[in-house]
Parts: sequence; structure tokens; C-alpha cells
Amino acid sequence: MSGRSNVTPALAAEHGLTEEEFERAVAILGRAPNPTEFGIFSVMWSEHCSYKSSKTWLKTLPTAGSRVICGPGENAGVVDIGDGDAVVFKIESHNHPSFIEPYQGAATGVGGILRDVFTMGARPIAILNSLRFGSPDHPRTRHLVSGVVAGIGGYGNCVGVPTVGGECEFHPSYDGNILVNAMCVGLARPDRIFYSAAAGPGNFVVYVGAKTGRDGIHGATMASAEFGADAGEKRPTVQVGDPFTEKLLIEACLELMESDAIIAIQDMGAAGLTSSSVEMAGKGGLGIELDLDRVPVREPQMTAYEIMLSESQERMLMILRPGSEVEARRIFEKWELDFAVIGRVTETGRLVLRMAGETAADIPVGPLVTEAPVYRRPWRRSDPEPEIEPTSLPDRDPLECLERLVASPALASRRWIWEQYDHLVMGNTVKRPGGDAAVVRVSPSGKALALATDCTPRYCRADPVRGGAQAVAESWRNLTAIGAEPIAITDNMNFGNPERPEIMGQFIGAIEGMREACLALAYPVVSGNVSLYNETNGSAILPTPVIGGVGLIADARHAIDLALKRDGDALILIGSTSGHLGCSLYLREIEGNESGPPPPVDLAAERRNGDFIRSEIRAGRVAACHDLSDGGLFAAIAEMAMAGGRGIVLEPLPADLPRNAYLFGEDQARYLIETQDPDAVLDAARAAGVPALVIGVVGGVSLTLPGAGAISVDALKAANEAWLPGYMAPG
Amino acid sequence: MRAAVVIFPGSNRERDVCAALARATGYEPIRVWHRDATLPETDLIVLPGGFAYGDYLRCGAMAAHSPIMREVRDRAGKGTPVLGICNGFQILTEARMLPGALLTNRSLRFTCRDIHLRVENNQTIFTCGYMAGETIRVPVAHHDGNYTADSDTLDRLEDRGLIAFRYCGPNGEMAETENFNGSARAIAGIFSEGRTILGLMPHPENATDPLLGDTDGRAFFDGLVGALQ
Repeated sequence: MSGRSNVTPALAAEHGLTEEEFERAVAILGRAPNPTEFGIFSVMWSEHCSYKSSKTWLKTLPTAGSRVICGPGENAGVVDIGDGDAVVFKIESHNHPSFIEPYQGAATGVGGILRDVFTMGARPIAILNSLRFGSPDHPRTRHLVSGVVAGIGGYGNCVGVPTVGGECEFHPSYDGNILVNAMCVGLARPDRIFYSAAAGPGNFVVYVGAKTGRDGIHGATMASAEFGADAGEKRPTVQVGDPFTEKLLIEACLELMESDAIIAIQDMGAAGLTSSSVEMAGKGGLGIELDLDRVPVREPQMTAYEIMLSESQERMLMILRPGSEVEARRIFEKWELDFAVIGRVTETGRLVLRMAGETAADIPVGPLVTEAPVYRRPWRRSDPEPEIEPTSLPDRDPLECLERLVASPALASRRWIWEQYDHLVMGNTVKRPGGDAAVVRVSPSGKALALATDCTPRYCRADPVRGGAQAVAESWRNLTAIGAEPIAITDNMNFGNPERPEIMGQFIGAIEGMREACLALAYPVVSGNVSLYNETNGSAILPTPVIGGVGLIADARHAIDLALKRDGDALILIGSTSGHLGCSLYLREIEGNESGPPPPVDLAAERRNGDFIRSEIRAGRVAACHDLSDGGLFAAIAEMAMAGGRGIVLEPLPADLPRNAYLFGEDQARYLIETQDPDAVLDAARAAGVPALVIGVVGGVSLTLPGAGAISVDALKAANEAWLPGYMAPG
Repeated sequence: MRAAVVIFPGSNRERDVCAALARATGYEPIRVWHRDATLPETDLIVLPGGFAYGDYLRCGAMAAHSPIMREVRDRAGKGTPVLGICNGFQILTEARMLPGALLTNRSLRFTCRDIHLRVENNQTIFTCGYMAGETIRVPVAHHDGNYTADSDTLDRLEDRGLIAFRYCGPNGEMAETENFNGSARAIAGIFSEGRTILGLMPHPENATDPLLGDTDGRAFFDGLVGALQ
């Protein structure tokens, strides 16, 4: 054995392993680990790689469905969309690195999620993101927004995969821990999906892609700890991305995947060569022996420890079928990428690393994986928030409130962000960013996918169970509003420190709510990612379980958007309105009050109302549709008016509710539809048992509210478009 | 009509332009890999959008020195029309096949959105599908599209009718606010002296499918294909 066994429990703690975990590693090895082995244990057992705090609860999520080909556990989820097509997708966080180095952190987040998808044999066809930043008033926020957006664009634009959608919110709880979640969607053939389990002792282990450098060492460990005041000093743990190499890697891998050369393939993401080789060997129940002298390196004199823990980007590990090396090498050389046979699959069940004629590590893979620590951490439920009585709030001018809301950081147009993303490359973007969901064509027949990311973290803080259910329901609604059949989700669980019972309680509560909603809406989870320890100096982010939803549209020509189309059309509100203002955007932005319970989520009503919307869209009666969420009915009306450049004359408001509760309440399971044929829609709604009410008529250039006056749509749009460019303007 | 699309490592809009050409011609264009020393016999050479060789140096600078570009220059010299879109335009200027250069957008940001163009000269194979002075709506998607050249060159381009398109408002009005990337004299595309080479930053190929919205790019390809048949 090379390397002195000078690893002590104290050193272990510094690398994020507890004393007990260290003892467990010693027991598995039957001796003290050398530094390289210790490094391998510490990253494999980091929260980021082992899911040790979350695993128990993640297992309770529904993952099966008639279309599901591959659920969580592989690089990405795979869902059958008929006609010999499968959609492959996953969302992943790059929160910690993006806070330290926003451009590279966000860029490599995109790179990592692209690799997860094309590793499975899919051509990436769309990227989405979900971003959370601190208060606009925080001195770092502008710099972080600018860097993250440029990084996402810089990577996706160069790789040539359109960034078609996403979301972005601001809240002071993210001042010290921003969230950068990236989702990638790819297209594959169901019979040509590639997995990561190694097979065939004696087969070559092949390294392809970029060279290994000293960047990103211990990135996974960093992502498994809170930030202290010294976060900036963690810059060397952030990787640097090279989208050009990634583009070549995509083309080379997909070209090789046309043959039957690949037995198994795994990208080198968090924990680099360590996790890729351990996962391949572990899933195959086999061993892997690597000759580290053969690993293409960027710098001389790299140690075994550095090579195994480097998180250099744009690298893949493959097991090739015997006899196919020549063809594989030809393809990678054509694309000017490194190609090196660095080891073999063995029957020993051990990960054996050799370097300079010595054994650098020798670890039994089975126990490293199966005996990884799993924790049922103590937790407690959040205390319920007191109800907010709408009549206790002042009666304010609704038009003035609306103007303030659409101009606020919460609802202001995100155009400044998505215009920096190439959302058109590949020539299949049917519905561009800015609507409820993006639509991307996947076949010349017009078959398309609807894609969206969603979460309402303030709901999740106030009531994690309800918030988790609402995030899933809102995702389902956004796809429904386009006319798509929601088919599956990927989730990105962003939370604080799980060692604190209230945070663990938020996590468990959110999972419980998500589970209920996924079951009720037949909307399984097929992939996901967990990001814990989003805390700085003991102050946690709002719990943010981001849902990436995928829906199917048989013919994109029938996809709907939110823009009002014709004067004279009726605007119909679908769903019941009780005027729930607790935890609403209105309460926060207008009254400066973040309290109250989130709106109840009635999953049966969600299902009924959503199915009704889809059937009306199919019947051709819907000219525009929008789901109701932040800002309630009035915000949704304004968004439809601004998108279509048309006004609306509203009916008198119901007398039984305070007007602003009616207009800004955030009751769930609601949609607005524009139709030329209101009678037919109302008849169909009655037959389906769905509440429906004509609330206005499209026309003119203003939003006109009886008894309150009117506001010009142009003025609203100007206010809505002004905030973000103004905020980001230099000086 | 046969078209060849040159693919550099890092090209990423080759699919888009191939689809637009296939729609106009009924045939898939030939795709030529950058390391191929020779080009097939062809009626049109296309340099597509993307980030050739990563564009870590100036955009198009590496690609301009790629072996295939010697062949492209040679063919162009013999009269084969060459169309460079976005990164293709950048490559053509770096290869000195078109004058001027493309600087970083005035905003210093990548910009992807629909813009309006005024057709400045329709007496060419590339623009004969349009009326002179017509306003069209097509997308842009670039970080470095701010056209620049010395004033003598700009005067010469104007005097000889070598400006193909200018950025304008929805009704063809010229306004500095519509010149979103800050290009000299709002230039979006230029012809070579013989008008057989066109470089432009916008993407007419992304405006050819009614399902995706804009269709003003159709006349570009229909006109070009008609002229070359």
C-alpha cells in the first residue's frame, strides 16, 4: 500500500465524516484508510453523493407509472412517449458553487445535467432552470443574477441546446445561499437506453472527454456543508466549464451509441472518477481495477487522491464491449477528445487503484455502497400559521395594487433573463419562454413536450405538506394550461441543514405533500436531486422543493398560450374562489406581511378542473388559457392582457367577498380561459361538475373594473417590463 | 439545387439551416465535416451558426483558418455562392471574404429575440424573394453581432448596394433603439463585391415554420433556391 495511514478521526471531521462514519470505514477495510481511500469514503458518504439524510424519505415518493421506463437511481429518468420515442430528463442543483463563483457555478450546473441526460443515450433537446436569489436590496444580488444568467446562457448557447423555460424569484432567505437548479430534457429510443451497471469481467474501462485537472476537488463535500463567513475562500472547489468540449462529447457519445459498443456508461459528475467507478462497479455487483497512470491529466504530478477526487468537467467513463475499442477510439479522435483505456472490470468486487507500480487504494465496493450511512434524523412539524381574515385587511384600490404587484420583483417580467438564453436553436421551440410552460416539438408529426419548473417556497415554509402538494399541483396545472397531458416529474429538494429538526421536518413534510399530489394526479417522480445545508450562519433558505414537469402534446398545433386573441371573447374563471389571502403575494408585497397558512390544495378538484381544461382545449373551444398562481385572479388577468396586448372589461365583482380577497386571493385549482363560445364551455363545466363563471369580455386597451376605474394595458406592460432591466442596469 | 453545409466542431445551427433548405429544395443538403479537404460539387455553400472551435479566441477566428475554408474561398472565387449565418458571418469576416468585423453587442449580453430587418437590396440571389424596402421579422441569437468597419468601407458598402439588411422597427423605421446590438449604420448583413457571398447575423432559417411562429424567412430560402435553379 502506498501512502501512510495517517488519517485520524480529527482529519475525518474536517472532511465532513463523523467519528462514527470514520470507524465504519475502518471496519469495512479492516484497517485505517490511506489518504486516497479516505478521500473516496468521504466523498461517497457525503450528503451530496449518499443521500444519507434524505434517502429514507425519498423512497416514499411514487415512482411507477405505465409510461415509466426508468425511475430514480440512474443518471436520469426515462418515460415512454409512444411511437418509439422516450423522454429522458432530470433536474440538478449547483447551489453552493454558484454562490461562490456565479458564472462557472451555473455554467457547470448546466454542463452536468446535460451529461446526465446524454449518458442515457438521449440527445438533449431543452434546458430549463429554477433560480432563487436574495433580496434585490442585498449588495451581492445583482452580481449573482448577472453571473448566473450569463453562465447558464454561456454554456447552453454554445452547446446548442435551447434554454426554453424556468423561473426566478427573490427573497431575503436566499441572501447567503442562492439556488441554481438546472433541468435537461432529452429524446431517445426506448430500446436504446444506456445504463451505468458494469458487466463482463475483463472488459475495458475507458475514459473519454476532457483531461483531469485539479479543479473541483472536494466539491461534493463542500455542497454537503453550511457556509460560514469564509464562503469566498471555497473558490478553488468550483469547477470550470468548457461547453465546446461538452458539445464534442455529446456528438461523440451519441455517434458511438449508434453502435453496440457500449455496455455501460456513466458521467463523471460530483466526486468525479470516484463516484463514476464506484457506481458502475456497485450496480454491476463487480469490481473495477484502474491504472491511474493512464488517466489523461492536465497537470503533472497529480496524486491518486487528486485524480480520484477531481471534479474536472466534460468527462465520461464507459465499459466497452470487447473488440469495439478501435471503432470507439476512431470516433473520439474524430471529435478530438481524449480516449484512454484506464482499467478493467474484475470479479473481485473491489475498487483497486494502481499508480506508479503501487496499489493506491483497495476498497470493497459493496460495503462502500450498501453500508453507506443512512440517517433517520430527528424532526418536528412546523407550527401551523394563524388564518388571515380578509376583512381585517384595509380595502385598497385594486388597480393601484395590481400595478404595484406586476411591477414588483415578484411578478416583473423575466425577459431580461430569458433573452440571454438561445431558446430557439434546434428549430423546435413552439412556445417560447414567458408562458405557463414551454413547448418543444419532438417529431415531424407535431408531437411535442410541454415543460415547466415550479415551486412556491413561501407556502412550503408556512406549511411544508401543503407547499409540497401545491408545487406538484402547480406544475401539473402549468402543463395542463398549455393543453398537455402531464406525464412525470423530476424534483430538486433544496433545504437547509437536516441536522436541525425543524429543517428535517420541512423536508419530510414537503415529501409527504408531494407524494399525495403525485398519487392523486398520476404524476410520478422519475428522477431528482437533493441539496441540503443551504444555510449560512444558521440561517436557512425557505424550503424549496422545485418540481420539473414534463407533459405530452399529440399535436403542437393545438397547444395553447396565455395571450388574449380576439376582442369580444369571453373570459371564464374555472375553479372555486374563496379569497384565500394567507401567505399570498398580495399580503407580502402590499401589506408587508408574510404570515398565514398557504391556500388548501384540494387534489380531487385539481384533477377534475385540469381534466376539464384539457378536454375543452381538445374540443377547440379555448383561445387562451392561464393557470392562477402568484397574485391570484387579477395578476392572471393582467398577464393574459399584457401577453395579448388587449384589454378586458370585467363583470361586477361578487358581493360576498372583500374585493381584494377575490381579486388577489390564491385559491388553488383555478384557470382562466378565453373562449368564443362561453355557453358551450359553461354547459360542459356544469356537466363535469366544475365551477365556471364568465368574469369579463376581451376588448379595448385597458383593464376595466366596475366601480374602480381602468388601467391601460400598455402602462401595465411598461411597469412589468421595467423592473428587471432597470435593476440590472450598470451604475 | 444542391447545397453543402460546412460543419465545424462547435457548429450548432446546422440542423436549423438544413431543415430550412430541405423545405425549400425538397432535398437534404450535404453536410461537410470541417476536416474534409474537398467540397463536393455544389450550387451553394452554407456556413451555419454556432460557436466554431468554441470561439474562445475572437468569434470565427479559428474557423477562418481551418483547412476547409481554403476550399470555400477557392469555390467562392470561382463564383459558387456562399451564405454565412451568424457564426458563419463572423467566420467570413475573419477569413476576409467580407469586410469589417463583428464586435460584442452594445449591451455586452447575448440576445435571443425577434427583430425586424429592412431589405436594402433585393437585386441579388439571396434577397430576390423580397421586395426592396420590405420589412421582415426574424430572430437573432448572438453575443457578438455589432458590425463595424471603417467609414470608407461603410460608404463603399452603401454606395455599391452591398448592404443586404438593416435593423429597423416593425414598420421599417430606422431608429437607434431598434439597432439593438449597436451595429454601424444598423447593418445586419452584407454582400461581397460580386454579391455572391452574403453574411448576416439574424437567423432566417429559424423563421420558416408556421408552427414555430415567424415565417418571414421562407421567402429568403425560396428566393435563393429559385435563383439557383
